[in-house]
Amino acid sequence: MTKRLFVKGNEAVAMAAIEAGCRYYFGYPITPQSDIPEYLSRELPKLNGEFIQAESEIASINMLLGASATGVRAMTSSSSPGISLKQEGISYMAGSELPGVIVNISRSGPGLGGIDASQADYFQSVKGGGHGGYHIIVLAPASVQEMYDLTMLAFDLADIYRMPTMILADSVVGQMKEALIANKRPVRDLPAKDWAVRGKGGGEQRVVKSLYLGDGELEAHNWKLHAKYQALKEQEVRWEEYETAGAELLVTAFGSTARIAKTAIMMAREAGLKVGLLRPITLFPFPEKALLEQTKTCKKVLVMELNAGQMVEDVRLSVARDAEVSFYGRPPGAGSLPTPEELLEQIRKHL
Amino acid sequence: MAMITIDEQRCKGCGLCTIACAQKLLVLSDKINNQGYTPARINATDRCTGCALCAEICPDVAIAVFR
Amino acid sequence: MQQVFKRPTSLKDVQTHFCSGCHHGTIHRLVAEAIDKYGVQERTIGVASVGCSVFLYGYFDIDVVEAPHGRASAVATGVKRAKPENFVFTYQGDGDLAAIGTAEIIHAANRGEDITVFFVNNTTYGMTGGQMAPTTLVGQKTSTSPYGRNKAKDGAPVRMAELLAQLEGVAFSARVAVNSPKNLIDAKKQIQKAFQYQVEGKGFSFIEVLSACPTNWGMNPLAANERVGTEMIDYFKLGVFKNL
Repeated sequence: MTKRLFVKGNEAVAMAAIEAGCRYYFGYPITPQSDIPEYLSRELPKLNGEFIQAESEIASINMLLGASATGVRAMTSSSSPGISLKQEGISYMAGSELPGVIVNISRSGPGLGGIDASQADYFQSVKGGGHGGYHIIVLAPASVQEMYDLTMLAFDLADIYRMPTMILADSVVGQMKEALIANKRPVRDLPAKDWAVRGKGGGEQRVVKSLYLGDGELEAHNWKLHAKYQALKEQEVRWEEYETAGAELLVTAFGSTARIAKTAIMMAREAGLKVGLLRPITLFPFPEKALLEQTKTCKKVLVMELNAGQMVEDVRLSVARDAEVSFYGRPPGAGSLPTPEELLEQIRKHL
Repeated sequence: MAMITIDEQRCKGCGLCTIACAQKLLVLSDKINNQGYTPARINATDRCTGCALCAEICPDVAIAVFR
Repeated sequence: MQQVFKRPTSLKDVQTHFCSGCHHGTIHRLVAEAIDKYGVQERTIGVASVGCSVFLYGYFDIDVVEAPHGRASAVATGVKRAKPENFVFTYQGDGDLAAIGTAEIIHAANRGEDITVFFVNNTTYGMTGGQMAPTTLVGQKTSTSPYGRNKAKDGAPVRMAELLAQLEGVAFSARVAVNSPKNLIDAKKQIQKAFQYQVEGKGFSFIEVLSACPTNWGMNPLAANERVGTEMIDYFKLGVFKNL
């Protein structure tokens, strides 16, 4: 019988990284993600890995860039203001086609904001938060088990597509304890890293770079990156559907908010209301087609977020012509999360 | 016995070799190379000692030295 | 007769983009000679920075990772920790290393990362067109200090080799110049020594090389070279500041 553990979401991320073969971690302390570096500072040395507490978020993302350039699996983690600092390096990694896992246990802003749970980093995560017009893969776990499973998946996707991959969660998912089945790393055919620097070793020179100055080179490079984003949309979209059969109102929410929305939907179904949930698990690539599919039978979509409206824009882009899209959200600051009752009231209002 | 060869097309005519040569054998020529510079040339080649200081100071690795 | 001076194997036989009289070419060659001398070409990973030295991979026949502006020593840290058996160096200018990358260089040095850092100090931002750098001399006119660097407002130029020498993690720190045969021969020696430190696993080694930037100094190559030997060396003293 598989052993069930009782761990924090942040710990699950760290455990999954190790199971995925990650032996290099570079980070900087920030609440509410510090359990991740704390765990890895303890465990990586036992595995002959390297843990560096860097001088800044900027340094840590660049250490990740350097380690990833050699072909090893490596990770960094932070929270919103720290992710802002990392965006420079993320853009360079995207431009240099480097894999690497970045965990964002986000907090509220703007500026120093606060440390309570927030989903206000949706834009800076899925829209290419740094300069230059790129995307990274963004996975949004909603449970401790998913923190584990999606972190392992993140390493695979990063390697397959040669792209930075982000885990976007918040303190609700990162700090809570739940049962976890720590699955073994799935066996998967991964492409050889024949681009990684290793010292020429008698072979051809290898260069990891994002500078393209030759006539037409950069345009060709950008189209190449764009083709990967299109391939992700075809091959890697993940989402969860809950009680969507016969729904007259489709709630769309991700991460922590989706958990609360699910409870609200259970209550709604008990009250005989025809409401379902579509929870994007990949925020990029976004489940555009899955949403559109739902609007064949359901003409009302209610987007719930812990911000003043971000993912709702992607929902509108996906289904605006086929369904009426409304939004309920709360930016952080009230010191509390929305209750299931509060969301149920919104469901009733929009049905 | 020593000699140098100057790659006239690589030379950017900076003249650093002219001050490195203790024998003052190097000068900039009047002709223009395909980069638009006036490359260095050597006078009185028989007096070259092959010390290689001209080659050492050349930023463009345009000088080869033989002894 | 035998050829007694030739291009190092690890330096590609190509025309550089450097201006006439720029010392980057010389410094590139000295680094390449050291790569050849220690026989590490096959296991060297260079980290390029942003500035005139960004095309490292175009000139050195070695594997290269390109770092964001100022971050070369952080990138090199990641490379070296993942591949301790490789020889890892960065090559950075003064704007890159001593301004935007100050935090990265100080902490890489302080951790005693087993890497070698080549720091090219030409008292200006070359690639962007000659703006004031952290190493611009007091009174020096640049495109962003048109009245000359003002010590009261801009501070005095930073002496990185001395500053880093104070850190426990630094095994070797020196400043050299390539403006004259005498200085150049010493520079060659110190650069090779910096290599030796890493080859022997002795820790962080740092070499500051004074360089001319004739174009942005508004001087002809010989006058710029002369300035290195007078004004620059007068403030940035040559020497070995740490030698563990």
